[in-house]
Amino acid sequence: MTYVRYIDKTREYYQSQGYDKPYKWAHFDDVPFSQLTKPLTECRVALVSTGEVVVKGLDLSEDENQMGNVGGVYSIPADTPEERLFSASHSYDKHATTLEDVNAFFPAARLREAVAAGRIAGITEQFIGVYNAYSQRRTLERDAPEVLSRLREDGADIAVMVPV
Amino acid sequence: MCHQTVSLVSRYLEENGIPTVVMAAARDIVEHCGVARMLHLDFPLGSPCGEPFNITQQTEALEMAFYMLETADAPRTTTEAPFVWSDGQEWKELVFTEARPWKSGEDEQDWLRKKELYKSLKAEGKV
Repeated sequence: MTYVRYIDKTREYYQSQGYDKPYKWAHFDDVPFSQLTKPLTECRVALVSTGEVVVKGLDLSEDENQMGNVGGVYSIPADTPEERLFSASHSYDKHATTLEDVNAFFPAARLREAVAAGRIAGITEQFIGVYNAYSQRRTLERDAPEVLSRLREDGADIAVMVPV
Repeated sequence: MCHQTVSLVSRYLEENGIPTVVMAAARDIVEHCGVARMLHLDFPLGSPCGEPFNITQQTEALEMAFYMLETADAPRTTTEAPFVWSDGQEWKELVFTEARPWKSGEDEQDWLRKKELYKSLKAEGKV
Protein backbone atom coordinates (compact mmCIF):
# COMPACT_ATOMS: atom_id res chain seq x y z
CA MET A 1 0.00 0.00 0.00
CA THR A 2 1.33 3.43 -0.96
CA TYR A 3 2.01 6.22 1.51
CA VAL A 4 -0.69 8.47 2.98
CA ARG A 5 -1.46 11.75 1.18
CA TYR A 6 -1.92 13.96 4.23
CA ILE A 7 -2.71 17.13 2.28
CA ASP A 8 -5.74 15.42 0.67
CA LYS A 9 -6.68 13.47 3.79
CA THR A 10 -6.68 16.45 6.12
CA ARG A 11 -8.59 18.60 3.61
CA GLU A 12 -11.36 15.98 3.47
CA TYR A 13 -11.28 15.43 7.24
CA TYR A 14 -11.55 19.08 8.21
CA GLN A 15 -14.27 19.63 5.60
CA SER A 16 -16.26 16.84 7.24
CA GLN A 17 -15.69 18.57 10.60
CA GLY A 18 -17.30 21.75 9.30
CA TYR A 19 -14.19 23.76 8.36
CA ASP A 20 -14.76 24.91 4.81
CA LYS A 21 -11.61 26.92 4.12
CA PRO A 22 -8.82 24.47 3.20
CA TYR A 23 -5.37 25.10 4.64
CA LYS A 24 -2.86 26.41 2.13
CA TRP A 25 0.27 24.29 2.56
CA ALA A 26 3.63 25.89 1.83
CA HIS A 27 4.80 25.29 -1.72
CA PHE A 28 7.89 26.39 -3.63
CA ASP A 29 9.09 25.59 -7.14
CA ASP A 30 12.76 26.19 -6.37
CA VAL A 31 14.59 24.16 -3.77
CA PRO A 32 17.91 25.37 -2.32
CA PHE A 33 20.72 22.83 -2.00
CA SER A 34 24.05 22.78 -0.18
CA GLN A 35 26.56 20.08 -1.00
CA LEU A 36 28.46 18.45 1.85
CA THR A 37 32.05 19.53 1.33
CA LYS A 38 33.90 17.47 3.91
CA PRO A 39 33.81 13.91 5.17
CA LEU A 40 30.99 13.10 7.59
CA THR A 41 33.61 11.85 10.05
CA GLU A 42 34.72 15.48 10.38
CA CYS A 43 31.23 16.93 10.77
CA ARG A 44 29.56 18.31 13.88
CA VAL A 45 25.87 17.47 13.68
CA ALA A 46 22.90 19.45 14.98
CA LEU A 47 19.44 18.07 15.63
CA VAL A 48 16.50 20.37 14.87
CA SER A 49 13.03 19.29 15.94
CA THR A 50 9.51 20.65 15.54
CA GLY A 51 8.18 17.92 17.83
CA GLU A 52 7.64 20.11 20.91
CA VAL A 53 10.47 18.32 22.69
CA VAL A 54 10.73 19.33 26.34
CA VAL A 55 13.00 18.40 29.24
CA LYS A 56 11.45 17.15 32.45
CA GLY A 57 12.20 19.54 35.30
CA LEU A 58 13.73 22.23 33.09
CA ASP A 59 11.98 25.29 31.69
CA LEU A 60 13.30 25.81 28.17
CA SER A 61 10.67 28.34 27.24
CA GLU A 62 12.04 31.59 25.84
CA ASP A 63 8.71 33.15 24.97
CA GLU A 64 5.61 32.83 27.12
CA ASN A 65 3.34 32.83 24.07
CA GLN A 66 5.09 30.21 21.99
CA MET A 67 2.48 27.55 22.72
CA GLY A 68 -0.12 29.63 20.87
CA ASN A 69 1.07 28.53 17.43
CA VAL A 70 3.06 31.73 17.06
CA GLY A 71 6.38 29.98 16.49
CA GLY A 72 9.54 30.44 18.55
CA VAL A 73 12.98 28.86 18.83
CA TYR A 74 14.56 27.29 21.92
CA SER A 75 17.67 25.29 22.75
CA ILE A 76 17.78 21.81 24.28
CA PRO A 77 21.04 20.74 26.00
CA ALA A 78 22.30 17.89 23.83
CA ASP A 79 23.59 15.93 26.83
CA THR A 80 20.12 15.68 28.43
CA PRO A 81 19.61 12.06 29.51
CA GLU A 82 16.94 10.49 27.33
CA GLU A 83 14.69 9.59 30.26
CA ARG A 84 14.18 13.33 30.84
CA LEU A 85 13.25 14.09 27.22
CA PHE A 86 9.68 13.89 26.03
CA SER A 87 7.29 15.53 23.62
CA ALA A 88 4.31 17.67 24.56
CA SER A 89 2.83 17.34 21.08
CA HIS A 90 -0.67 16.04 20.47
CA SER A 91 -0.15 16.05 16.72
CA TYR A 92 0.73 12.43 16.15
CA ASP A 93 -1.25 9.30 15.31
CA LYS A 94 -2.04 8.24 18.86
CA HIS A 95 -4.19 5.37 17.59
CA ALA A 96 -1.24 3.83 15.77
CA THR A 97 1.91 4.76 17.67
CA THR A 98 3.29 6.28 20.86
CA LEU A 99 5.74 9.06 21.78
CA GLU A 100 7.07 7.05 24.74
CA ASP A 101 10.38 6.39 23.01
CA VAL A 102 11.87 9.81 22.29
CA ASN A 103 14.37 8.33 19.85
CA ALA A 104 11.60 7.42 17.43
CA PHE A 105 11.19 11.15 16.69
CA PHE A 106 14.24 12.81 18.31
CA PRO A 107 17.21 10.47 17.77
CA ALA A 108 19.55 12.06 20.34
CA ALA A 109 20.82 8.74 21.71
CA ARG A 110 21.33 7.38 18.19
CA LEU A 111 23.42 10.49 17.34
CA ARG A 112 25.57 10.03 20.44
CA GLU A 113 26.16 6.41 19.39
CA ALA A 114 27.21 7.64 15.93
CA VAL A 115 29.80 9.88 17.62
CA ALA A 116 31.05 6.96 19.73
CA ALA A 117 31.31 4.82 16.59
CA GLY A 118 33.33 7.52 14.81
CA ARG A 119 30.72 7.97 12.07
CA ILE A 120 30.46 11.70 12.82
CA ALA A 121 32.92 14.01 14.59
CA GLY A 122 30.49 15.24 17.20
CA ILE A 123 27.16 16.81 18.03
CA THR A 124 26.42 20.41 18.87
CA GLU A 125 26.18 21.39 22.54
CA GLN A 126 22.59 22.45 22.04
CA PHE A 127 19.87 20.84 19.98
CA ILE A 128 17.16 23.12 18.63
CA GLY A 129 13.40 23.15 19.00
CA VAL A 130 11.12 25.19 16.75
CA TYR A 131 7.46 25.73 17.54
CA ASN A 132 4.89 25.68 14.78
CA ALA A 133 3.38 28.96 13.66
CA TYR A 134 0.11 29.58 11.86
CA SER A 135 2.05 32.18 9.91
CA GLN A 136 4.52 30.58 7.47
CA ARG A 137 6.13 34.00 7.09
CA ARG A 138 6.93 34.05 10.79
CA THR A 139 8.71 30.71 10.51
CA LEU A 140 10.65 31.82 7.44
CA GLU A 141 11.53 35.36 8.40
CA ARG A 142 11.98 35.14 12.16
CA ASP A 143 12.49 31.56 13.36
CA ALA A 144 14.59 30.07 10.53
CA PRO A 145 17.25 32.85 10.76
CA GLU A 146 17.34 32.32 14.54
CA VAL A 147 17.97 28.59 14.03
CA LEU A 148 20.77 29.38 11.57
CA SER A 149 22.44 31.76 13.98
CA ARG A 150 22.31 29.23 16.86
CA LEU A 151 23.71 26.47 14.63
CA ARG A 152 26.57 28.69 13.49
CA GLU A 153 27.35 29.70 17.04
CA ASP A 154 27.51 26.03 17.96
CA GLY A 155 29.73 25.12 15.00
CA ALA A 156 27.20 22.87 13.26
CA ASP A 157 28.29 21.54 9.85
CA ILE A 158 25.07 19.71 9.05
CA ALA A 159 21.59 19.33 10.54
CA VAL A 160 19.26 16.37 10.96
CA MET A 161 15.71 17.75 10.81
CA VAL A 162 12.90 15.92 12.58
CA PRO A 163 9.16 16.55 12.97
CA VAL A 164 6.98 14.42 15.22
CA MET B 1 2.10 21.23 10.54
CA CYS B 2 5.39 20.22 12.17
CA HIS B 3 6.47 18.61 8.85
CA GLN B 4 5.91 21.93 7.14
CA THR B 5 7.77 23.95 9.78
CA VAL B 6 10.75 21.61 9.68
CA SER B 7 10.78 21.83 5.86
CA LEU B 8 10.69 25.64 5.88
CA VAL B 9 13.61 25.80 8.33
CA SER B 10 15.52 23.16 6.34
CA ARG B 11 15.18 25.25 3.17
CA TYR B 12 16.55 28.30 4.95
CA LEU B 13 19.56 26.38 6.30
CA GLU B 14 20.33 25.01 2.82
CA GLU B 15 20.12 28.50 1.36
CA ASN B 16 22.74 29.56 3.89
CA GLY B 17 25.22 26.77 3.36
CA ILE B 18 24.21 24.13 5.92
CA PRO B 19 23.38 20.73 4.37
CA THR B 20 20.30 19.13 5.95
CA VAL B 21 18.34 15.91 5.81
CA VAL B 22 14.68 15.73 6.84
CA MET B 23 13.49 12.45 8.38
CA ALA B 24 9.77 12.43 7.66
CA ALA B 25 6.58 10.40 7.92
CA ALA B 26 4.38 12.81 5.91
CA ARG B 27 6.16 12.58 2.58
CA ASP B 28 3.62 14.63 0.60
CA ILE B 29 3.80 17.68 2.89
CA VAL B 30 7.61 17.77 2.73
CA GLU B 31 7.65 17.26 -1.06
CA HIS B 32 4.97 19.92 -1.55
CA CYS B 33 7.15 22.40 0.31
CA GLY B 34 10.35 21.15 -1.34
CA VAL B 35 13.54 20.25 0.54
CA ALA B 36 17.07 19.23 -0.41
CA ARG B 37 17.02 15.71 1.09
CA MET B 38 14.28 13.66 2.67
CA LEU B 39 14.43 10.19 4.15
CA HIS B 40 10.84 8.94 4.16
CA LEU B 41 9.75 6.34 6.67
CA ASP B 42 6.28 5.09 5.75
CA PHE B 43 5.21 5.15 9.40
CA PRO B 44 2.41 6.83 11.38
CA LEU B 45 2.89 10.49 12.35
CA GLY B 46 4.95 10.42 15.53
CA SER B 47 7.57 7.90 14.43
CA PRO B 48 9.59 9.52 11.63
CA CYS B 49 12.92 8.07 12.85
CA GLY B 50 11.96 4.43 13.34
CA GLU B 51 9.57 2.35 15.40
CA PRO B 52 9.50 3.11 19.13
CA PHE B 53 11.97 0.91 21.07
CA ASN B 54 13.43 -0.60 17.87
CA ILE B 55 16.98 0.60 18.37
CA THR B 56 18.40 -1.39 15.46
CA GLN B 57 15.93 0.14 13.04
CA GLN B 58 16.45 3.67 14.41
CA THR B 59 20.20 3.21 13.94
CA GLU B 60 19.69 2.03 10.34
CA ALA B 61 17.36 4.96 9.62
CA LEU B 62 19.90 7.50 10.90
CA GLU B 63 22.62 5.80 8.86
CA MET B 64 20.43 6.17 5.73
CA ALA B 65 20.03 9.85 6.52
CA PHE B 66 23.82 10.20 6.89
CA TYR B 67 24.35 8.37 3.60
CA MET B 68 22.02 10.84 1.86
CA LEU B 69 24.11 13.72 3.19
CA GLU B 70 27.21 12.08 1.72
CA THR B 71 25.79 11.14 -1.66
CA ALA B 72 22.91 13.42 -2.74
CA ASP B 73 24.01 15.79 -5.50
CA ALA B 74 20.74 17.61 -6.27
CA PRO B 75 17.74 19.01 -4.37
CA ARG B 76 14.48 17.02 -3.91
CA THR B 77 16.46 13.83 -3.29
CA THR B 78 14.06 11.43 -1.59
CA THR B 79 15.00 8.03 -0.21
CA GLU B 80 12.29 5.59 0.76
CA ALA B 81 13.39 3.60 3.82
CA PRO B 82 12.72 -0.11 3.26
CA PHE B 83 10.92 -0.57 6.58
CA VAL B 84 7.37 -1.87 7.00
CA TRP B 85 5.34 -0.85 10.07
CA SER B 86 5.26 -3.99 12.20
CA ASP B 87 1.64 -3.65 13.30
CA GLY B 88 0.14 -3.84 9.79
CA GLN B 89 -1.01 -1.24 7.29
CA GLU B 90 -4.48 -0.54 8.68
CA TRP B 91 -3.45 2.82 10.15
CA LYS B 92 -3.06 4.25 6.65
CA GLU B 93 -6.76 3.70 5.89
CA LEU B 94 -7.91 4.93 9.28
CA VAL B 95 -5.86 8.05 9.93
CA PHE B 96 -7.94 11.25 9.70
CA THR B 97 -11.27 9.44 9.59
CA GLU B 98 -14.32 9.59 11.85
CA ALA B 99 -13.31 6.20 13.22
CA ARG B 100 -10.09 7.69 14.57
CA PRO B 101 -10.68 11.33 15.46
CA TRP B 102 -7.42 13.24 15.12
CA LYS B 103 -8.05 15.10 18.33
CA SER B 104 -10.55 14.34 21.05
CA GLY B 105 -11.06 14.86 24.76
CA GLU B 106 -8.20 16.68 26.46
CA ASP B 107 -6.15 16.95 23.27
CA GLU B 108 -9.01 18.72 21.55
CA GLN B 109 -9.47 21.08 24.49
CA ASP B 110 -5.76 21.85 24.46
CA TRP B 111 -5.87 22.51 20.72
CA LEU B 112 -8.86 24.83 21.13
CA ARG B 113 -7.09 26.68 23.96
CA LYS B 114 -4.08 27.27 21.73
CA LYS B 115 -6.33 28.52 18.95
CA GLU B 116 -8.00 30.95 21.33
CA LEU B 117 -4.61 32.13 22.62
CA TYR B 118 -3.55 32.77 19.03
CA LYS B 119 -6.73 34.71 18.32
CA SER B 120 -6.29 36.92 21.39
CA LEU B 121 -2.58 37.52 20.62
CA LYS B 122 -3.57 38.51 17.12
CA ALA B 123 -6.26 40.83 18.42
CA GLU B 124 -3.70 42.50 20.70
CA GLY B 125 -1.38 42.93 17.73
CA LYS B 126 1.27 40.67 19.26
CA VAL B 127 1.60 38.35 16.27
